[in-house]
Amino acid sequence: MSRADRDALGRPLVAVTGLGIVTSLGIGAAENWAALTAGRSGIHAIRRFPTTGLRTRIAGTVDFLDAEPMVAPALSERFAASAAEEAIGQAGLGRAFPGALFIAVPPVEMEWPQRQALAEAAGAYGEVTYADLLRAAGTRRFDDWHDLFIFGTVADRIADRFGTRGSPISLSTACSSGATAIQLGVEAIRRGEMAAALCVGTDGSVNPESLIRFSLLSALSTQNDPPEAASKPFAKNRDGFVMGEGAAALVLEDAAAARARGARILGYVLGCGEKGDGFHRTRSSPDGAPIIAAIRGALDDAGIGPERIDTVNAHGTGTPENDKMEALGCLAVLGERMRSVPISSNKSMIGHTLTAAGAVEAAVSLLTIAHGRVPPTLNYAVPDPAIPLDVVTSARDLPVATVLSNSFGFGGQNTCLVFGAEPVA
Amino acid sequence: MTRDVVITGLGLVSCAGEGVTAHLDALRAGGTPRVDAATFAPYPVHPVAPLALDGQIPKKSDQRQMEPWQRLGVYAAGLALDAAGAKADAALKAGMHLVVAAGGGERDYAVDGQILAGLAGADDKGAFLNERLQNDLRPTLFLAQLSNLLAGNIAIVHGVTGASRTFMGEESAGTDALRIAHARIAAGQVDLMLVGGSYNAERADVLLVHEMGGYLRKPDFRPVFERDDAPGFILGSGAAFLVLEAADHARARGAAPVARLAAVASDRTRRVPGSVGASLASLWQGAGATAPDLAISAATGCAGITAEEGEALATLAPGARRTALGDLTGHTLEAAAPFGAALAAAAVAAGAAREAVVSVVGHRRGEGVIRILPATEAA
Repeated sequence: MSRADRDALGRPLVAVTGLGIVTSLGIGAAENWAALTAGRSGIHAIRRFPTTGLRTRIAGTVDFLDAEPMVAPALSERFAASAAEEAIGQAGLGRAFPGALFIAVPPVEMEWPQRQALAEAAGAYGEVTYADLLRAAGTRRFDDWHDLFIFGTVADRIADRFGTRGSPISLSTACSSGATAIQLGVEAIRRGEMAAALCVGTDGSVNPESLIRFSLLSALSTQNDPPEAASKPFAKNRDGFVMGEGAAALVLEDAAAARARGARILGYVLGCGEKGDGFHRTRSSPDGAPIIAAIRGALDDAGIGPERIDTVNAHGTGTPENDKMEALGCLAVLGERMRSVPISSNKSMIGHTLTAAGAVEAAVSLLTIAHGRVPPTLNYAVPDPAIPLDVVTSARDLPVATVLSNSFGFGGQNTCLVFGAEPVA
Repeated sequence: MTRDVVITGLGLVSCAGEGVTAHLDALRAGGTPRVDAATFAPYPVHPVAPLALDGQIPKKSDQRQMEPWQRLGVYAAGLALDAAGAKADAALKAGMHLVVAAGGGERDYAVDGQILAGLAGADDKGAFLNERLQNDLRPTLFLAQLSNLLAGNIAIVHGVTGASRTFMGEESAGTDALRIAHARIAAGQVDLMLVGGSYNAERADVLLVHEMGGYLRKPDFRPVFERDDAPGFILGSGAAFLVLEAADHARARGAAPVARLAAVASDRTRRVPGSVGASLASLWQGAGATAPDLAISAATGCAGITAEEGEALATLAPGARRTALGDLTGHTLEAAAPFGAALAAAAVAAGAAREAVVSVVGHRRGEGVIRILPATEAA
């Protein structure tokens, strides 16, 4: 392995040789990139289920792919398969993927149509209890649903489909899950365990209960009309996030192995940083210390200083809390210069793709590098004086060598990634 | 870089009781574990021993915001931190990383039942569902259900805030939590980790998922390897956490290792007759297992795979005493591998075994082998 195949800290350099993406804006990198840079929104009125009586009736659902039955794990699997197919195809790897699978999947549980079917099968009238549902399950008529509603099935099926090696990892770090999937792949390659890793984040969980759960925590925007104006990251009038769906997959490879097989390298994962926060279940430490530590950790891991960051792909959910804390964190680490570093949130167009977000935004970060263009943040009409940042409002062309991508989640999860066009010398 | 990985703290709670001694006593004694065959009849479960939660979760407000699976996990994590001499060291815990193997939290059965009853007669079912969910779900229940919120609560209650990752995927999640933690420490990517899982079996919603598929043993307890009459698992409530660290890190802070985590190997093979036995044989070799005198099996009791695992262990470890974890703690799904590793470490530390190997075969997928040696022995 030559010097060029080692990173700044002397570890195997991790290259990205394939990426795939599905969001409400479309299937594939080309379609998504065109829409994202044109400032098109994928957020619309929910058609998948009745929204009567709901405070939030909009989302960035992926309506052009479906699953049977239409439940979160099946949809998530469908999106993941589409993204992985694209990524592996671009990487030029065959049907047996030469490495492990790390996949961020939404937590799984039985959904209402299935509960209803069990209740009906039990012939329960009046009171319905879980004893009735259990009795129905005992008829063996619903045995197929076991695999549908356990946590490991999505990974199992994706592993089968693409022939990944070893035991696949299904993981959650809430809304930073997609970034964690990538971090796990990076670490495995750096350890020399594998020459390639398939890292996926996927989420197809826009259903009534998931939406209502976030709504009850006052996390969602309630500005339903017009839908495309609801997600307002960094704006003073931001009032919550909009749920989104989608998936993204990255093929990571040991750069030496990628070069040896003549693969085209799209960019590098230069650094990963993470830090836990024990302040509160849904809120960040008021001083922003964990966010700051995660950003610093990613820069240190990349072996670069904050002056090297050309643009920030923000977590930027559009909740009052997140955007304020993210700005505080970026300003603390990048200093005064941060005021003029272009920052943008893809969530303004595709909504918050939750489990998938870190992976989707990693893919967009790599496209940003490839095209030298930063996609806009929609709906930034009323700047927030408390957030003195250069929020990109229409696609901006600039040479981008290095991107910082932030992901933060409930439960004190903070994960930041640094992507680069070139290795750090 | 390859560093030795040692275990410096264990935290265990299950139907066998609380703490290492209670579990070693149960291991030594054998016999029938505590079982409740009545509450969820015809499905027996192994209920967790009563715990004095205040001992590890001092704030009532924290206890209230958690569901039982989280309380069990936070409690056991606290025991492990105490045992590792880490509990009072805020700086140490602030740098400690966490890997949790978990599923999700419990539903509100009363709300579900009322909604299902109402849906049957509702004219506009969609509107009815929306209205009831919006009005009846407790807003914070979501935070007791999210998979990563056991890790989140460990950060809040114990101040373990390096960073956490939650692995999902039933039995494999537990094996892989140990495997990845071991690999990260061995490679020098991290020095100190808390790893474990928890499971609450006393829940109708998980019984339902596993009754679909017919994976539950009923109506009574029989030892795991003697369930040919009615194969399946009996779920157990409990939690197991281990503090793992680089041997040199433990030495530097003066922590006495309990045992050495020598190897964790896992795979996922397509299930056909013979595949479990072949996978275990291959993992056995990969883990460097030689002649263990203790084999702890996390076998489920499910048809086919349990017998196959039994045969494989008889061939691979002919001289070993074989213990089924399910006969001690019940089947704890994501927590089974951490339980096996912790029990093996405790047995080795107590001089009850020289080399212990844990086998973990998932009821649907995934095989794992974990090898534990005395702290003083080279890996």
